[in-house]
Amino acid sequence: MYVAHLSLADFRSYPQLELSLSPGVTTLLGRNGQGKTNLVEAIGYVASLSSHRVSTDAPLVRQGAPRAVVRADVVRHDPARGERHTLVELEITPGRANRARVNRSPVRRPREVLGALRTVLFAPEDLALVKGDPDGRRRYLDELLVSRWPRLAGVRSDYDRVVRQRTALLKSAGAAMRSGRADVRTLDVWDEQLATTGAELLVARLALLRQLRRPAAEAYQVLSGGQGDLGLWYRSNLKALQGSVATEAYGEVPTVADVREALLADAQEQRRSELDRGVTLVGPHRDDLQLDLSGMPAKGYASHGESWSVALGLRLASYRLLLGDAEGDPGGAPVLVLDDVFAELDTGRRERLAEVVAGAEQVLVTAAVPEDVPPALQGAGTHRVDVVSGSAVRAG
Amino acid sequence: MYEGVVQDLIDELGRLPGVGPKSAQRIAFHLLQADPADVQRLAHVLTEVKTRVRFCEVCGNVAEEARCRVCRDPRRDVSVICVVEESKDVVAIERTREFRGRYHVLGGAISPMEGVGPDDLRMRELLSRLSDGEVQEVILATDPNLEGEATATYLARLLRPMGLRVTRLASGLPVGGDLEYADEVTLGRAFAGRRSLDA
Repeated sequence: MYVAHLSLADFRSYPQLELSLSPGVTTLLGRNGQGKTNLVEAIGYVASLSSHRVSTDAPLVRQGAPRAVVRADVVRHDPARGERHTLVELEITPGRANRARVNRSPVRRPREVLGALRTVLFAPEDLALVKGDPDGRRRYLDELLVSRWPRLAGVRSDYDRVVRQRTALLKSAGAAMRSGRADVRTLDVWDEQLATTGAELLVARLALLRQLRRPAAEAYQVLSGGQGDLGLWYRSNLKALQGSVATEAYGEVPTVADVREALLADAQEQRRSELDRGVTLVGPHRDDLQLDLSGMPAKGYASHGESWSVALGLRLASYRLLLGDAEGDPGGAPVLVLDDVFAELDTGRRERLAEVVAGAEQVLVTAAVPEDVPPALQGAGTHRVDVVSGSAVRAG
Repeated sequence: MYEGVVQDLIDELGRLPGVGPKSAQRIAFHLLQADPADVQRLAHVLTEVKTRVRFCEVCGNVAEEARCRVCRDPRRDVSVICVVEESKDVVAIERTREFRGRYHVLGGAISPMEGVGPDDLRMRELLSRLSDGEVQEVILATDPNLEGEATATYLARLLRPMGLRVTRLASGLPVGGDLEYADEVTLGRAFAGRRSLDA
């Protein structure tokens, strides 16, 4: 698939923007602060309903404007049936639920637009996948899950809500218990909710990780020029999983029912300390994706360049998986977005990354100066858009 | 800011659910221009509703007497109780004319984030209604969301040891809808709750 047209109204720095795009490689060129990243952020938002830069919607709306509108014309090319257009429109109003329309008809929930556009986004923020906290790595897994199986968007938000409800209960019940008036009957009910939604999320992550290992290791090999092996391990705080999933490379994924039982057992066992601390200690919201480089944890051991290769390897692995899903679904290949990443890489990694992505159906690259963009992504057959203070114009 | 009482009116209207500052302003000016008799009638109803309406002493539904219309009706089946979150759920179920039993209005659902626990809901009243042995079945008709499910699970655990039949409303496809437009969770539940068609 590719984005043929992008319209923005009051999004970030853009009061109004109309931008036509083509398949193949397009470089968005402009000095810092001109709004290149805002454009790819908007495209990413249509694909995932979230921004890769901020966690709330308020910064996305231009200052002083009540709401922002992002509209993307997504084209799927099917050799048998020709081009099929999907017009996705999102209205972003901070503090309120977003509204979405597909082909000009409103959908009941914005979640229903997920899947209309698939993107894989590389950004400077990706370095935090390697060097940052576990929540970034969990988000990496969960976002990939949701873009492959949109149904899990519901499981994920239900799980978050269960954790919030359960934690609120642990806090109040813990306080009541300390004052001698214990009320933990409702906790059993929330344990069940936690186990039911948590098991689904956890098993989905494990199944995903199983498929992710090989493409991630291969991508790392390519990007690093054949130096070092990237290993991915799921570190679960679940007692029943410790030792099995973390050490066995291609172990069987446990069933949802088994994980549910294990979560319930752990919740029972941990109840005392959960009540004492007023925190939900059991469940996949406390798990981590461990990244190993030739047997050593990448966090702490990998060099800056190696860390970049690991982060890019993870994104490329996402792309490979989504590309694999698109087999038998003509036009389903995701759009690749490379936001300012080349400036961060040494020449070798730049060129190897460029070679890998050059063949994608649509690649959008942002850069401050043309020299940052490897030759493989410039020249004949590629496009350029000049971004200057809130306007974007196709060159040539 | 408007002068004195106009602004007071806008502020009061703005505190109502679903009414934002702009709607409040529009309603306020509509009232200013309306016929005095119309406004009188509205003011009268507003005070009436607080003095006359109370909650049914049996089921907790809104009522004008000690007992609500359903609880007063001798033709209703006393062996079945349908447990709902709010009075408006009673109205919705009544519209179907399918249910001939009585109701029990909890007044909400378990939600620790909002500080609502079982003791804040009318559960003790429900248990005392069940103690006389007349009731055979309890239908749990709380909302099909996380909080509603938690409330239903909690009640089911409480009621099952009493030897009652405890049922939960089915989840599934909307009637007259298209299968292709159902969301995945609903469709998944509809699959899990499928029934066999052999006569």
